Amino acid sequence: MTSRLPEPDRPWMMRTYAGHSTAAKSNELYRKNLAKGQTGLSVAFDLPTQTGYDADHELARGEVGKVGVPIAHKGDMHALFDGIPLDEMNTSMTINATAAWLLALYIVVAEENGIDQSGLQGTTQNDILKEYLSRGTYAFPPGPSMRLIADMVAYTVEHVPKWNPINVCSYHLQEAGATPVQEIAYSMANAIAVLDAVRERVDESLMPQVFGRISFFVNAGVRFVEEHAKLRAMGILWDELGRERYGVEDPKLRRFRYGVQVNSLGLTEAQPENNVQRIALEALAVTLGRSARARAIQLPAWNEALGLPRPWDQQWSLRIQQVLAYETDLLEYPDIFEGSKVMDGLVGELLDGARAELDIVQDKGGAVEAVPYMKAALVDAHRARVRRIEAGEQTVVGINRYTETEDAPLTADAEGGILVVDRAVEAGQITDVERWRSSRDEAAVHHALEGLARAADDEHENIMPATIASARAGATTGEWAQTLRDVFGSYRAPTGVGEAVAGGSEDLAALRDEVERVSEGLGRKLKILVGKPGLDGHSNGAEQIAVRARDAGMDVVYQGIRLTPSEIATSALQEGVHVVGLSILSGSHRELIPLVVEELREAGVEAPVVVGGIIPEADVAQLREAGVDAVYTPKDFDLSKIIRDIVELVAERHGLTAAA
Amino acid sequence: MAAPSGAELGRRLRERDLTAAPAVLNLVEHRAAGGREEVAALLREVSPTALGGEAPAHVVGVTGPPGAGKSSLLSELVRAWRSAGRSVAVLAVDPTSKRTGGALLGDRARIATDSADRGVFMRSTAAGDQLGGLAPSTRAAAQALAAAFDVVVIETVGVGQSETDVADVADTVAVIVQPGSGDVLQFLKAGIMEVPDVLAVTKADLGNIAESAVRDLSAALGALDARDVPIVAVSSLPPASGIDELVEALDSHRDRIDLEARRVRARRRHALADFAAEHGDRGLRRLGGRRAAERFLEEQNPGLDVPALEARLEERAPAAS
Repeated sequence: MTSRLPEPDRPWMMRTYAGHSTAAKSNELYRKNLAKGQTGLSVAFDLPTQTGYDADHELARGEVGKVGVPIAHKGDMHALFDGIPLDEMNTSMTINATAAWLLALYIVVAEENGIDQSGLQGTTQNDILKEYLSRGTYAFPPGPSMRLIADMVAYTVEHVPKWNPINVCSYHLQEAGATPVQEIAYSMANAIAVLDAVRERVDESLMPQVFGRISFFVNAGVRFVEEHAKLRAMGILWDELGRERYGVEDPKLRRFRYGVQVNSLGLTEAQPENNVQRIALEALAVTLGRSARARAIQLPAWNEALGLPRPWDQQWSLRIQQVLAYETDLLEYPDIFEGSKVMDGLVGELLDGARAELDIVQDKGGAVEAVPYMKAALVDAHRARVRRIEAGEQTVVGINRYTETEDAPLTADAEGGILVVDRAVEAGQITDVERWRSSRDEAAVHHALEGLARAADDEHENIMPATIASARAGATTGEWAQTLRDVFGSYRAPTGVGEAVAGGSEDLAALRDEVERVSEGLGRKLKILVGKPGLDGHSNGAEQIAVRARDAGMDVVYQGIRLTPSEIATSALQEGVHVVGLSILSGSHRELIPLVVEELREAGVEAPVVVGGIIPEADVAQLREAGVDAVYTPKDFDLSKIIRDIVELVAERHGLTAAA
Repeated sequence: MAAPSGAELGRRLRERDLTAAPAVLNLVEHRAAGGREEVAALLREVSPTALGGEAPAHVVGVTGPPGAGKSSLLSELVRAWRSAGRSVAVLAVDPTSKRTGGALLGDRARIATDSADRGVFMRSTAAGDQLGGLAPSTRAAAQALAAAFDVVVIETVGVGQSETDVADVADTVAVIVQPGSGDVLQFLKAGIMEVPDVLAVTKADLGNIAESAVRDLSAALGALDARDVPIVAVSSLPPASGIDELVEALDSHRDRIDLEARRVRARRRHALADFAAEHGDRGLRRLGGRRAAERFLEEQNPGLDVPALEARLEERAPAAS
């Protein structure tokens, strides 16, 4: 075995997950990023676009242009890629429920620029199961959603052959608390569900090509040795699956191809500069061993736990990749773990665990049927992680050890070192979409959407041609999604919290006594409403609070994600809760939280309101002014303490404070 | 803001003021001393005497094993009732964790209703210590809300005990069965559960499995001499199916029964349950046991409301030693 490669490897594709405010602003950002040496694009869409609503829909309030770029029609898509040659670009789109629609817009924009769809390269994330399990931006029920995915795979294999129609995501499972074993098993189960669905919609002879087009989107945490082993294990399982289940003979088509965004869950709000070294180490996990190296990498920014990163913050992350690829000797060697007993042992351990877990999921009828099982398992795993950190069994520097710190100059500016989206963006986008609707050929749009409804209603038809026709005619994101909602129905995913194991540990005993004491004083059990306003589907925090409140003996009304202010107010009133807990991570708290408080008071609900999420320090005062009683951010990692605070808040409000 | 009195809330319900519902629930869930009198005042205001007859609502019990599809089905039922112009109150009872005393009330996330629609009220309640059965407050809540709403639904989880408890309160009990899971069938055959008024088999979209579930249930009912119990196959997935048939089956059951007799029984069971909750097994023994107490209640004037019945029980039980 030679210890050096004859030629150093070409680096992976370097991207930055980016997009905000408007298509034009995001286009400007993309061009700057490409000029800085980025080699591919990764589009972040805003939540209304991800869930299929136009900017003027009630649920879009406060969310437009926040976590990504709003794309309502082909005009927006033209503006987004203005001056960027689509036949040379490799574009990754983080888009799922509405993936078919955004791909159609991309195809139409290319077409109108004289580029045939067969030349397009890129990826649509398009993994709906993890949306039910973790990320929350689903739009339709599982059956029709799986069909949309299968249709896209079938369509692209034939017409857009260089496109990766789906990135099976293990990324979000880790963000939701998955262990490495769960991450491997659930993402494989998920891929099987997709492949089985496609198998029913394409000719069997195409299956090897289909298999070869499936790529993965993985996560890497800071335990980077084990994380590297995880990726090797996934490669082995994937190869096995291709050979045994789908009869793929060409080993090239069985190669495990993955892109990566490293872990955000472990990034801290406290001493946020430490996140830089976490990110760099996590990048090692996906690059160290040549045989399991990522094809494409995007790194989060050091200040993600504080709010939206600025271009400079993202540049820093790109530079980490560039130092790794161009300064170090990483790319000069064959696989450095080949023959390592330790690595092989680790891989074997993970494989054993993952195979056993995969069997459980398959026994339940596969990933689609096992969503409630997997969801509950993830909620439990995440809870175990939170408890380890609370108990100090798992060290997080700056959180539960070495917490003393100097003042950080990086966050000293007025906005606290983050990007703040101009509030005028939402109003501008609303005017824009209204203008678009009034200036297009209405009859053509109507006709195209009718065709879409017909295609949706006929299971045997592929949804893509009618979707592309609607994009071409000038339909909007909201219209496309509404047409499908009318046919497919809407859906709420299981929350996983009802099934979560009841925690019985002793350290909650004192808290339970206090809950009981206050409940006696109130005359009935202390009752809390936990919910998420807006479109943000990241429900981990809300779920963990709900489970811990239950474990502390409260009655918990957990209403899940995507609630309008009026829904929250109605629930709080009808349920007679003593306190309302809201969670929000999308940055829309400044608009949404005051609206919720207003609606609550209008409904006559006087209960105190607490808010948790990614809330920049600079916004806390404004929220308190709006009537919020307490604000919790990622640095408040001790959930029991939060619950204790909440109980005390209720006690105070009702004159039941414990005699000192 | 002072809480409205029981009597005042009762009067509002009698005038069919649906906005009284949240405060009514807060009141009946209140366990502290003094609360009982307020609840009694409330119930007196909505008694048949005060109303000039039985409360107008159709009180429907919906129960079945976890995962049978109750919530999705309820979403569809509520939609159907609302589009027929009927106001609906849903009382969802969730189990309480024995270990922690806390409860996760998940129905609000699962049952889809329009929050702007003032004709729908929904409240989730923890069952507390009641094994598989009703929260202590649910009987009072159902009775009170029946004066104002057109339909009052009590949703509970389980097979075996829960439909028995719900039968004490509801005019009509529907048991929801998921095809492929044999619990309900086995429990029916073994006599562990009472024969419900209506059976709904969910997931009719599954085709064969659902059809064979209907066949098995219908054979079991035949053997139990209960052939007239309707079995309705429903699907809550769009396009929903069987919902109108289920609504029809529920309505026609209510038209068939002697409503007054069922309500009288409900009030007697309610009084006894309250008495047992207050005085425990010891109190029941002072009445000569549960069956003796039931016989005693059967001899009472059918027109008596719950507080009056409770007063009779209190008089009959010799004072605590």
